[in-house]
Parts: sequence; structure tokens; C-alpha cells
Amino acid sequence: MIVAKRKPLNEIAEMVAPFRRVTVIGCRSCVAICLAGGEKEVKMLVSALKVKNKKEGRKQELEGLVVERQCEREWVKEIEEKILGSDLVLSMACSLGAQTIGDMYPDHLCFPGLNTGIFGVPEEQGVWSEKCVGCGDCIIHTTGGICPISRCAKSMLNGPCGGSANRKCEVNLDIDCAWTAIYDRLKLQNRLDLIEKVTPAKDWSTSHSGGRRTYVREDAKLTQHQKKGKEAVQ
Amino acid sequence: MAERKPKIVGFCCERHGMDAAVLSARSGKQFDASVRLVQVPCTGRIDGIHLLKAFEDGADAVFVLGCLEKNCYYDTGSIEGRKRVEYVKQMLTEVGIEKERLEMFNAASTNAWAFPGIVSKMTEIAKKLGPIGGGERQ
Repeated sequence: MIVAKRKPLNEIAEMVAPFRRVTVIGCRSCVAICLAGGEKEVKMLVSALKVKNKKEGRKQELEGLVVERQCEREWVKEIEEKILGSDLVLSMACSLGAQTIGDMYPDHLCFPGLNTGIFGVPEEQGVWSEKCVGCGDCIIHTTGGICPISRCAKSMLNGPCGGSANRKCEVNLDIDCAWTAIYDRLKLQNRLDLIEKVTPAKDWSTSHSGGRRTYVREDAKLTQHQKKGKEAVQ
Repeated sequence: MAERKPKIVGFCCERHGMDAAVLSARSGKQFDASVRLVQVPCTGRIDGIHLLKAFEDGADAVFVLGCLEKNCYYDTGSIEGRKRVEYVKQMLTEVGIEKERLEMFNAASTNAWAFPGIVSKMTEIAKKLGPIGGGERQ
């Protein structure tokens, strides 16, 4: 899932201060799971901002809302009235949610309340770690199910490197060496021959380096005729 | 005109915290503050929004009173409560509110002397800092 972190409150407060009617919109998907922008976090942020306004004597209308998935237009559409009635929308979703609102209502301001961070998994309660960078060309079937691109500090395709010692990475001794973990996993799976196989340089054209990526599934797209029908129903 | 009393809200767990408060009240102790107690099943049940809402609705100071950490009825409830308090203290600091306005305390149900001490401490803090926003207390 997408893991994000709330921006420091003083930074958020500074962003929203000039606006009279502010709607804080959270998301019940990834950012709710990583405790950054769900219903509870939205309520707490609104409350904290209200306390700050009270202290500084600022008159500001603050309201908190949460949508099911802020990155999908159908869900955002449900709160259109609230968005259009605000001077500022503060998105407590990941950047995808904030940009969806921005794209749908380009003449309205939508600021991010979170810093979107990583594709991560919950390791334990309150801890999320990165396990994918979205490179667009997954190879974990050859690395024991462990992604060396995200989990190796050098994103090495053939490892471990000379900086791996006592199962730790030279970049930071708190980080486990990804390639030691790959070796252990392949050994467990009786597939150690793979560690000796030299992986050639990766084709990074599927990664972010080529600019904005768009994924299309032709069979799922609506035809012009279907689009017209859908619009007529709406 | 008589000086207005600080508004203090206390969240007390129903096992030890509330018992300590009740025991103290039976002694007839008077406080120089308006103290409103909210009984919760466990301080682990308290969420950050409860604490912030108290400030939003006019509290000058808020405290949480739970079981002793090694003698919590629900084992780790008061530890959870303390973590929430610390998180909200951090939030208060970030928005420029004095974090001293919020405190976590632990007491056993037999500590009749603990509750007056807690209220005195919070009253002192509330008087020193004044109401949030400096307005007239209701």
C-alpha cells in the first residue's frame, strides 16, 4: 500500500491560515491503514487547528470529511458540493488523492496535508517498510520473492556487494543486507543456483525515468458509445 | 468580581483512577478549579481526539489518570494511554499550545492523596498559562 506521513502541524497551519473556509478531506484506503489520513487523523487535525485558531483568535470554518478512495473520481464526486463551497481543500490522502481533486476542480485550491512516502507493508503495529519502488519490471521470482531494487541500498541486481558484513548493509548498520536475505530465502527454497546466475543490466525504461507512466487495459476501457450511455445515466 | 476558576477536564479510568478521585472526594477536599471528570473504561480507550476536543471545547488543562503502569487492570491500558497523551502533547507543541496543559498521571485506587495533588498541579499550570486564546472563561 501507499504509506504517507502527516506534514508537521505548523507547516499545515501556515498553509491553511489565509483561507476562511477550509475542508479537510481524508481517505479510507491506504492512508487510513498507515494512520496518516483516515477518519481519526482528519478529526484530530481539524481539532488541533481549531485549538490553534482559538489561541490566535482566527475566524476560520474548518470541516473534516472522509471519502472511501480519494484517488477515484466517483468517490470524490459525492462530496463535490463541499469542495466547491470551500476556499481551500486540504487533502489528507496520498498525493494521488490530492491530485485527483486538483484535476477534477482545477479552479479550486487543493493542498497536500501528507507527505506521500513509500510502497510499503506493515511490519508490526506502527511500522511500515518499503518493499517496492514500482520499477515496472518485477524480478522477485528470481530473487526468492525479495525485491533488491527497493531493499538493497544500491538496488543491485547481483549481490551481495563487498559492503555487506554480518548480514548488515554498509550504508547503515541498522539495515539488513537484502542480498543476504535473498541468499537465505533461495537456500530455503533449494534454488541457490539462481544466486550464481548473472542478471544483466536492468531495462529502466519501465521505471519513472521516462516520465509519467500510464497503464492501459484496452478490454476494460469504455467505447465512445458506452461513455455516452454512462453520461446519459448520470 | 470573583476570579474565575480554571476549567480542568480529567479522564479517569474506572478501575483505579476514578476510585482514587472518589476516595479523595469523600474526604471533602475543595479545589480552586472547576474540574470535570470523564470516566473511561480504561485509559487505553482514550483517543487523541478526546483530549483535543476537550481543549477545543474550552478546557484550560486536561489530565488523564490511569492505573499504575505495572498494576493496570487491563495490563497495558495505562501504557497505551500515556502513548496517546505523548502524541497529543507533540501535536499541541506543533500548533503552538503549551504541552504542559496536558498531563498523564497514574495512581492506585487507594491513593486518596494522589488526586488532590494532581488537581493542584493542573490548577497551578492552568492559572499560570491562562485560558487558551486569553479570552474570558465561561
